[in-house]
Amino acid sequence: MTLDQLKPGEGGVITSIGGEGALRRHLLDMGLTPKTYVEVRKVAPMGDPIELFLRSYVLSLRKDDAAKITIAEVKQVKKP
Amino acid sequence: MKYLLALAGNQNSGKTTLFNALTGSNQHVGNFPGVTVEKKEGQILKHKDMSLVDLPGIYSLSPYTSEEVVTRDFILKENPQAIINIVDATNIERNLYLTLQLMELGKPMVIALNMMDEVRASGNSIDVKKLSDHLGVPVIPIAASKNEGISDLITEIERIASNGTPPPKLDFCVGEVHKAIHSIAHIIEDQAKKAGYPLRFAATKMVEGDSITADVLGITQSQMHIIHHIVRSMETALQTDREAALADMRYTYIEKICAECVVKHQETHEQLRSEKIDRLLTHKYLGIPIFLLIMLLIFALTFSVIGPPLQDLLQMGIDFITGVLSDTMQTANVSPWLRSLVVDGICAGVGSVLSFLPIIVLLFFFLSLLEDSGYMARVAFVMDKLLRKIGLSGRSFVPMLIGFGCSVPAIMATRTLSSDRDRKMTIVLTPFMSCSAKLPIYGMITMAFFPHHAALVMITLYVTGILVAILSGLLLKNTLFKGNSVPFVMELPAYRLPSGKSVLLHMWQKAKDFLRKAFTIIFLAAIVIWFLQSFDWSLNLVADSADSILASIGSVIAPIFIPLGFNDWRASTALIAGFTAKEAVVSTLTVLTGAVGESGLSMALQGIFPTSLSAFAFLAFAILYMPCVAAFAATKRELGSYHAAIGAAAYQTGVAYVVALLIFQIGRLFIG
Repeated sequence: MTLDQLKPGEGGVITSIGGEGALRRHLLDMGLTPKTYVEVRKVAPMGDPIELFLRSYVLSLRKDDAAKITIAEVKQVKKP
Repeated sequence: MKYLLALAGNQNSGKTTLFNALTGSNQHVGNFPGVTVEKKEGQILKHKDMSLVDLPGIYSLSPYTSEEVVTRDFILKENPQAIINIVDATNIERNLYLTLQLMELGKPMVIALNMMDEVRASGNSIDVKKLSDHLGVPVIPIAASKNEGISDLITEIERIASNGTPPPKLDFCVGEVHKAIHSIAHIIEDQAKKAGYPLRFAATKMVEGDSITADVLGITQSQMHIIHHIVRSMETALQTDREAALADMRYTYIEKICAECVVKHQETHEQLRSEKIDRLLTHKYLGIPIFLLIMLLIFALTFSVIGPPLQDLLQMGIDFITGVLSDTMQTANVSPWLRSLVVDGICAGVGSVLSFLPIIVLLFFFLSLLEDSGYMARVAFVMDKLLRKIGLSGRSFVPMLIGFGCSVPAIMATRTLSSDRDRKMTIVLTPFMSCSAKLPIYGMITMAFFPHHAALVMITLYVTGILVAILSGLLLKNTLFKGNSVPFVMELPAYRLPSGKSVLLHMWQKAKDFLRKAFTIIFLAAIVIWFLQSFDWSLNLVADSADSILASIGSVIAPIFIPLGFNDWRASTALIAGFTAKEAVVSTLTVLTGAVGESGLSMALQGIFPTSLSAFAFLAFAILYMPCVAAFAATKRELGSYHAAIGAAAYQTGVAYVVALLIFQIGRLFIG
């Protein structure tokens, strides 16, 4: 499953980061590394980007980019 | 001895607040050489010998953004005696990621652990001593917004700047990565020494595949071959790639340290509060209306409630000074041309531009509130989808919106955009948003030609401006600004109350910036236009501006506008004069036609423009063509060169011509 498919209130553990170049490096630098737990908090009013919570901070990401991150162990953490 | 210190840290870590707390208001703002990345420099309070440079807010030292490259270049080339690394204690894992990379640069360092007040207030804690032992770098807990811990920090800075030692080499890398770094270190040892790069930093960067470092070190092809081989075997062993391997290794190490030093029961109060505030401000249906309402409020306050009285006051002051100067010169029998230079040229020109000052200061007051509170990031979040289509990100939305008020602060506001490409594109597109100074031109033309459809004409032209910006964006995205777009991966910081000091300092800096422009480039432009308007070719002062150089230039270029439907020297002269300020289009036309009163002007305009359609084309051109001199000066400053600013103005004028041409030619098919 990829990160963009998660609904608000769902969380999971990152298994891999795709993409390349500046984008991929930036995702890694922001702490989106394998084995990291991440939650989807919200979707922007126009349906994109999405709001994530990881490593005690809030990060926003476009869905296209989130689609490059694969997620496992998805579970519901909060009521949306 | 003089000390040079560097302040480095993540965005939203309170870096600016700490910089202000350390230096007071004694700051100098400029750019790093060669790039449009802002460089702030100041002396540490009560330590005149210590100069502190505020480096851009960054998350890593990758080779991909100019901010990150500027940071490493500054530290490696300018050789500061010490680095002050600010770390947000409420978000310590991600902040320490940069710390680990800064430590590799081999400079004495101190960590300013900021927002410790918030950590404590939430019942969490960080063992500062243990953290410092683990990293081998002194750690000073501070709360920059409350000025807590600042004097301890300054004492520590003094100590490490004079006899600090570089941080120890952390063994954050184990196994295969460790092996790769060491093997590569052997290969590049001599080159790193020659280039003045710390060996560990250089080797790590080579493992990461950092092309900038490879160039600086002058890695030969055969060396590159060996390095690739080493990296490949590391990648095979770890079953991941080089960049992921290092990022993973750093974060794993940080997690280990944090597990020992950080006690966290819950998110901080500020983080919990932010989540609640965002339930409203980024709400699915209410998010956008609330944002528009906030902008409307800012515009109403700036352009109708607080701005105009201040502008009137300033204008009264300018008029008074002008009056005194004029009278004095008259009694002193100063020659008429000199009097005209001072009164009609300098005072009128600079005065009309200075009247922008209250608006700029007010807008920047509100903008700093939005920025410092953390709301600006939410605007980008909410608006991103809309702007992505033209190759920009949500961050560009606010400057563009400000453009409807005034292009000058709008262009100055692009400074907060983190991507160089987005910043340049936004600067070029913003002037297409019809600013408030263009309203008199609307008024003049609609009164003469469309008295019953004034609102419709105005809306059409506002929409035209927006459409032109969108089309322009698409065009630029696929030509000049192709490809290298910076990904939109943006932190949404916790909402915090902006500090009054930061907001005031920001306002003061922008005001100073604008005043400097007003008295240099705008001053010069005012004199040039005055000269062209007041003299004829044999350099005699003219009584009737119809005989002036400007008028004759106007007549020469007038035929250019034949395809747009008008060919009158007065129209073209007014357009040239519009360069000083857009309102000057109206005043120049009034003077040149010798019209008396509004109805007189309307009559005269009907003589200049043969049809309503040609008047509309003129209006479209006047709305879109190059911005006024103040906006031009702002563009020059933000784009970094006259060359680029002239390019932008030429582009805007070209677009205006094409749009007006299309309006006239296509309109003619329908109207006949």
